[in-house]
Amino acid sequence: MNEMDTALAIFAQEAEELLVDMEDALLSLDSDPDNGETVNSLFRAMHTIKGSSGLFGFDPIVVFTHEAETVLDKVRQGERQIDSNLIAVLLESKDHAAKLIEHCLKANGTAVPAELAATGLRLIAQLNGGKETAIQQRPDSVEDQVLSEGGGEIAVDEHWLISLEFKPDSFRDGIDPLSFLRYLKTLGDIKQIVTVAEGMPSGEAMDPESCYLHFKIAFQSEASKETIERVFEFAADDCEIKILPPNAKIGEYLQLLDAQDETRLRKIGDMLIQVGALTEHDVETALQTQTGSAGGEAEAGTKAKPLGEILVEQHVVQQPLVDQALKKQEQTKQKIASEANYIRVDATKLGHLINLVGELVISSAAMNLIVEKHGLSDASDVAAGMNSLVNSIRDTALELRMVQIGDTFSRFRRVVHDVSKELNKDIQLLISGGETELDKTVVEKIQDPLTHLIRNALDHGIEHPAQRLAAGKPAQGTVQLNAYHESGHIVIQIADDGAGLNSEKILEKALANGLIKKDHGLSQREIYSLIFAAGLSTKDQATSLSGRGVGMDVVKRNIEALRGSVEIDSEEGQGTTISIRLPLTLAIIDGFMVGTAAERFIIPLSMVDECIEMSANECEIDEVQHYINLRGKVLPYLRLGDYFGTPAGNANQRESVVVVKFGQTEAGLVVDELHGEHQTVIKPLGKVFERLKGITGATVLGDGTVALILDVQGLIQAAIEHKPRPLAHKPALRRV
Amino acid sequence: MAIEVKQQRPGSVHLAIDGDITIYNVAELRQALSAYLDTVKEIQLDLAGVAEIDGAGVQLLMFLKQEALAKGGELSLARHSEAVVEVLELLNLSTHFGDPIVISADWKSL
Repeated sequence: MNEMDTALAIFAQEAEELLVDMEDALLSLDSDPDNGETVNSLFRAMHTIKGSSGLFGFDPIVVFTHEAETVLDKVRQGERQIDSNLIAVLLESKDHAAKLIEHCLKANGTAVPAELAATGLRLIAQLNGGKETAIQQRPDSVEDQVLSEGGGEIAVDEHWLISLEFKPDSFRDGIDPLSFLRYLKTLGDIKQIVTVAEGMPSGEAMDPESCYLHFKIAFQSEASKETIERVFEFAADDCEIKILPPNAKIGEYLQLLDAQDETRLRKIGDMLIQVGALTEHDVETALQTQTGSAGGEAEAGTKAKPLGEILVEQHVVQQPLVDQALKKQEQTKQKIASEANYIRVDATKLGHLINLVGELVISSAAMNLIVEKHGLSDASDVAAGMNSLVNSIRDTALELRMVQIGDTFSRFRRVVHDVSKELNKDIQLLISGGETELDKTVVEKIQDPLTHLIRNALDHGIEHPAQRLAAGKPAQGTVQLNAYHESGHIVIQIADDGAGLNSEKILEKALANGLIKKDHGLSQREIYSLIFAAGLSTKDQATSLSGRGVGMDVVKRNIEALRGSVEIDSEEGQGTTISIRLPLTLAIIDGFMVGTAAERFIIPLSMVDECIEMSANECEIDEVQHYINLRGKVLPYLRLGDYFGTPAGNANQRESVVVVKFGQTEAGLVVDELHGEHQTVIKPLGKVFERLKGITGATVLGDGTVALILDVQGLIQAAIEHKPRPLAHKPALRRV
Repeated sequence: MAIEVKQQRPGSVHLAIDGDITIYNVAELRQALSAYLDTVKEIQLDLAGVAEIDGAGVQLLMFLKQEALAKGGELSLARHSEAVVEVLELLNLSTHFGDPIVISADWKSL
């Protein structure tokens, strides 16, 4: 029984993964409907689920997936076209399959609920509706064609079949077909040759200086295809050369194909070149034909032919070889896919490892301290070696938790697909920077806020097609998801080309809600950020989408809980861009240690712009106006010692300024001592200290003392607010 | 290159081509030989004096044969020179022209 449960759990997991893949594949078909591989993966998903369901006797699933599989098989065979209708039905089928699986797992044996059964029947009908029976005609086998053209007695089994069609200008270009044939004879035996003057006109129309000669040659040779092709190298421009390997060679090629290494996914053409069945020239010509025909037929909406088909049509390779190469490609793909399968590690184990690594970093710092303190010169080398190892371990351990954000992004395809249908809007989602990596926990926690922001963009941002057209914009709205790294942070941007924010309206609402006073003196950016305040909605009417999940204030709080920030930028009528800035990891950072009096503080190194000695010429402090003149630039500043109320340090100590940067903002932190870089293991502060300003965490130093990690964003804000505004302006408004 | 009329009877002519049949003179040859095609039913080409023949030359011979047949006449090749035989063999055209090839004893290459 237990084993059965395990098997069921595996089935459930596998099915879920397959369905997620299927959804991704379906959504990508929206933009790339001709991708045969995607169709294959759809087919496999249904097929695999059907197979495993059969094992467990989940008949309802088998019956349903069978229908979907049949339809997908037809698509695969080219008998049925993929269109947006079919994609929609398949998406629904995927959801239906998920429901069936859930039902079977929970209550196998009981009848499928009537509603579910009805949906199933409707979907099956829809799947089978609009059947197209146009079956693509496969080209006749090459051998037949060559035989019929070239005379029946050519034995194709052991001979190369070479077809040379010289162009009319060959003679005038100084090409004499005879010389190539003589050269060819040096490589092997011409067993049979058919010379035809194809299309030679009669009478006056015949120009004796134009070449009408075509040759079909059965050639026996041990030479490789490439060598044979090289014979005709000089004639390449003046002659259509087609070299078909002997059938007897197919076996050899098939073996070679089979033996090809499976660790790398390659193109069909490359695979066939490697075994010698094709030459680069063949593939190039075929590719040209492919792009040529695709370009020409693009308007007609037909798809480009697969390369393999073109190659066979051009008589340069036999069908079985292409089939085998395709099969091999498929195998390789699957093998790579299975190899790419991850080891599932319990997140708590990984968390434990990271904690241990954190401790290791601390004790290695302690050890360094001792080595230095006692001046153990022979130990310092060992310590340095260990230090670098500890650093690598730290980086690798942190990398274990890094995942690409792409998966999270592509989930939103479905959201956009569904929501735009629901809202009757035409919206496309563009994703970039999906390969950007960040901490798994961060990814998980950012998902809800992102969903909310995207729904907002879809609902409030993008206008209805009619409105868009009236505003001179394309009917199709665009939502862009972008991610990139920026100095130790990841920036996630959600940009839409919708109506943008109306600052008047926001101000009006904010005033009404008592969030701000009339003489607010807020910058445009600050006004926009008011939409993150609780209880402010610019939407006059609530829709089915509003009120779902979290509000904007919760979005902001969630992001800030991740030590991140969110910024909003908008241009009315042009769109809105929301940038979320998040730290890459929550565990260990490269820090920069500074000190005031006896206290030590850590500034995340990625946010440190530069360090300047206070007395230096380039930096001058203005105590009255409260700013630092940094090479002519006005920089707000904060004395860390004053801010945190630490006892005054040695008056003789020369102060230094650490210029910190967060996004667009900058400030100088005045400190007594610079201690340099420090591996910082972030220890979260307890609940009691949660509301402490200017501090995000603590770390344990090598000597066992505690240093506080500064909240740079908060400190910059404090420094800016501390700075008296020029007299002409009203006093700065403190955020509510 | 020269075309020598060896023998001429009503309806038939026996011509000898002396020299090369190559891209350099196919145009000229075609001009000269077409004249006979229009007037004579049976043409025999003596190729003993052909020292060199290339693809264009072979094509010309094929054309002449095709033309002759189209006009209900006949074109035959005779006394093939070594060069001609080599090319006809190479291209497997001996049967196409269907003329008996006489191989002299001192030919070594074939």
